Amino acid sequence: MRRVAVLVVGLAAAAGTLLPLNDRGQAIAQDHGYTPADIENGARLYQSTCAGCHGPAGDEIPGVELARGQFRRGTSDTDLITIIKTGIPGTAMPPHSFSDQEAAQVVGYLRNMTMVRTGIGTAVLRGVGDPARGQTIFEGKGRCTTCHRVYGRGPRLAPDLTEVGLTRPLPELRDALLDPSATMRPGNRPFRLVTTDGRTVTGRLLNQDSFSIQILDSDERLVSVQKRNVREHGFISTSPMPSYRDTLTIQEVDDVIGYLVSLKGFNP
Amino acid sequence: MTNGLRSTAWALVFVVAAGALANAQVSFERILRADQEPQNWLTYSGNLSGWRYSPLTQITPANVRNLELQWVFQTRAPAEANEKFEATPLVVDGVMYTVLPPNHLVALDAATGRMFWIYSAAISPLARVCCGRVNRGVAILGDTLFMATIDGHLIAIDAKNGRPIWDKALVDPALGYSFTLSPLIVKDKVIVGPSGGEYGIRGFVAAFDARTGAEVWRFNTIPGPGEPGHDTWTDAGKTAWKTGGGPAWVTGSYDPQLNLTYWGTGNPGPDWNGDPRPGDNLYTDSVIALDADTGRLKWHYQFTPHDEFDYDATQVPVLVDMPWQGQPRKLMLWANRNGFWYVLDRTTGQFLQGKPYTKVTWATGFDEHGRPKRALAPTQEGTLVYPNNQGATNWYSPSYSPRTGLFYIPSWMDTFSRYFKVPVEYKEGSQFVGRFPTMSFPALRPPAGAINQRLPEDGYGAIQAFDPRTGERKWEFKMVDVTDSGVLSTASDLVFAGGREGYFFALDARTGEPLWRASVGGQVSAGPMSYAIDGRQYVAIAAGSVLFVYALRQ
Repeated sequence: MRRVAVLVVGLAAAAGTLLPLNDRGQAIAQDHGYTPADIENGARLYQSTCAGCHGPAGDEIPGVELARGQFRRGTSDTDLITIIKTGIPGTAMPPHSFSDQEAAQVVGYLRNMTMVRTGIGTAVLRGVGDPARGQTIFEGKGRCTTCHRVYGRGPRLAPDLTEVGLTRPLPELRDALLDPSATMRPGNRPFRLVTTDGRTVTGRLLNQDSFSIQILDSDERLVSVQKRNVREHGFISTSPMPSYRDTLTIQEVDDVIGYLVSLKGFNP
Repeated sequence: MTNGLRSTAWALVFVVAAGALANAQVSFERILRADQEPQNWLTYSGNLSGWRYSPLTQITPANVRNLELQWVFQTRAPAEANEKFEATPLVVDGVMYTVLPPNHLVALDAATGRMFWIYSAAISPLARVCCGRVNRGVAILGDTLFMATIDGHLIAIDAKNGRPIWDKALVDPALGYSFTLSPLIVKDKVIVGPSGGEYGIRGFVAAFDARTGAEVWRFNTIPGPGEPGHDTWTDAGKTAWKTGGGPAWVTGSYDPQLNLTYWGTGNPGPDWNGDPRPGDNLYTDSVIALDADTGRLKWHYQFTPHDEFDYDATQVPVLVDMPWQGQPRKLMLWANRNGFWYVLDRTTGQFLQGKPYTKVTWATGFDEHGRPKRALAPTQEGTLVYPNNQGATNWYSPSYSPRTGLFYIPSWMDTFSRYFKVPVEYKEGSQFVGRFPTMSFPALRPPAGAINQRLPEDGYGAIQAFDPRTGERKWEFKMVDVTDSGVLSTASDLVFAGGREGYFFALDARTGEPLWRASVGGQVSAGPMSYAIDGRQYVAIAAGSVLFVYALRQ
């Protein structure tokens, strides 16, 4: 509980100074010793040099998620600066002609990537509500556990939310609660197919190619279907999740968000 | 073993050796007449005209469903995300030569996949490659193989024992120069050009003496002061040309009658902000026709003047002789990364035709000289452009079949990018590009599995067949995901290709109808090729980190 409380305070503090990037960077940077200008320059270097392989969100190399601090090698800032400068011999990571300061600025950006990218503070940021109250709503009035799974409990039809506090920026969580169809991520889109013998299968599309479709169906079965046996198929553009705009109060939505941002995986 | 048996064995050895001796030397004559020995695959594209076409006919539309796996060759480690297996093998008299990424050259028994030898180049840790530690294969002349490496070496290797004969460091890897292409042999020369257009290199195409490695000629794809074309770099400081790019990612072609070698060149540097380099930026994004003996420029055609979308002309030039408006003509077919496919006169470079083969918004068409009418440019807030940054096609080989007369293009259909303009500074050894554009498909690095959850409106992949005479599209084979696969056509009217979905498949070359497919479990980022041993036809394709070889069930 204590950890969550600190987090809430941290976010609230950041929220007050987040506009524009430089001001907001100030608050973030103090933890790591980077100035806002460092982070901004790091972001520029990242976009021009790193994004080609790592992707704009830092997650396009399998096993590496820069925004989450998940690296294959090295954890400290010093490790990362060395890797950026010298590359990793025998792998796809090349050396780079950065100065120590520039490499450090890139690390500064990586350490703050999610917050910079998602523009926390540039959206209208309401306070994050009470996680305990949020959990009660999540499991009760909100009926969220009818579809969602958290810490190994609950169905798998909707996205597993065990790590949602790590992977989703706060504004996106709010949008998901208020306008779920607008913010579906690719792997969460509902899908429907009708087989040539008239059977309808709905679920989440896991993968598709020119000849086959892989789906988690509404009975939580992993189903693979050949397209030659399918009469029609396609995404359903509306999310099965209801909007909570009219069923929860603003405070209740804040509380649910407070609970969601506290979900940091099994080994936070 | 009895004496009698031993002498029989020796006699067999002698016969085998004599047979091998008769074919041992891959002379340039043999390379020129590669179509007369369809059992072999002597160059990157199968012939010097860039067709990727096999004259073999054993595998047909009627029996292709009986293809089965003969052997696989696994690279020694799971591929790094950027170490795609892009090589096209050569096959010479039953021996296969291919390159595992980044620069491990192997000689295999092409009938069984068993290894004769492996040569691993020691790669400098200074090597830096924007878009993959890859290699597309080797060249052969005589008994010597030629491999160009990602740290800028050109190495001659003995084809019998895998030992280096000479090793020349041609460029500085710390400045971002690298080689990823399969070299081109013309007469007694080995011709290469560097990759590295994302590092502010100054590109070139250069020829080296195959025996010694000594440089014979060099054509600078970015002309310096006093060289023709230099006046297309009009910045006030007169320095932009020094970091102007113009790499040569992919093997060129050769016309022996004209004695011209044709090469495609890559993007200008920096990629996504053209302000530091006003002008057309010759000879970037162009095809250049060079005298094969001197390297002198005969003509050029620039597909994308003053490019700001990374539309490298990084394709194999396809040379065909066919009637054009009633007259026999020496033509060049070119499906460009910029979304247009072209017919050029390859004697003069004259623009004859340019047509979009996917959705194109960066240009609205051509003026009477074949110059594209540019419609869009990157902006600070971002400009939406079709096709996407990865292009409507890329380095993956197209194919031409003289039987069907069709031109086959591996295509990314209706993909788009948003291009942003930001200030860029050159710094030695660092990428010199600008801000990476957003894309509806990831550029080069899908995760290991072929997970595809995209919406149909993000675009799709296709193999398309066009008739150059009419400009008409004859067929399209659609894939849900895009493809980084080359295309092989055969004299029995089959087309082989693959894609990111992890299938390798055969289509009817006349209709595009799918006839056979195999699940290869990883993305195809290479061109297929075909060869024969003892009268049996094989088809080979690299996918994931494995080479797969198929033949008809016996």
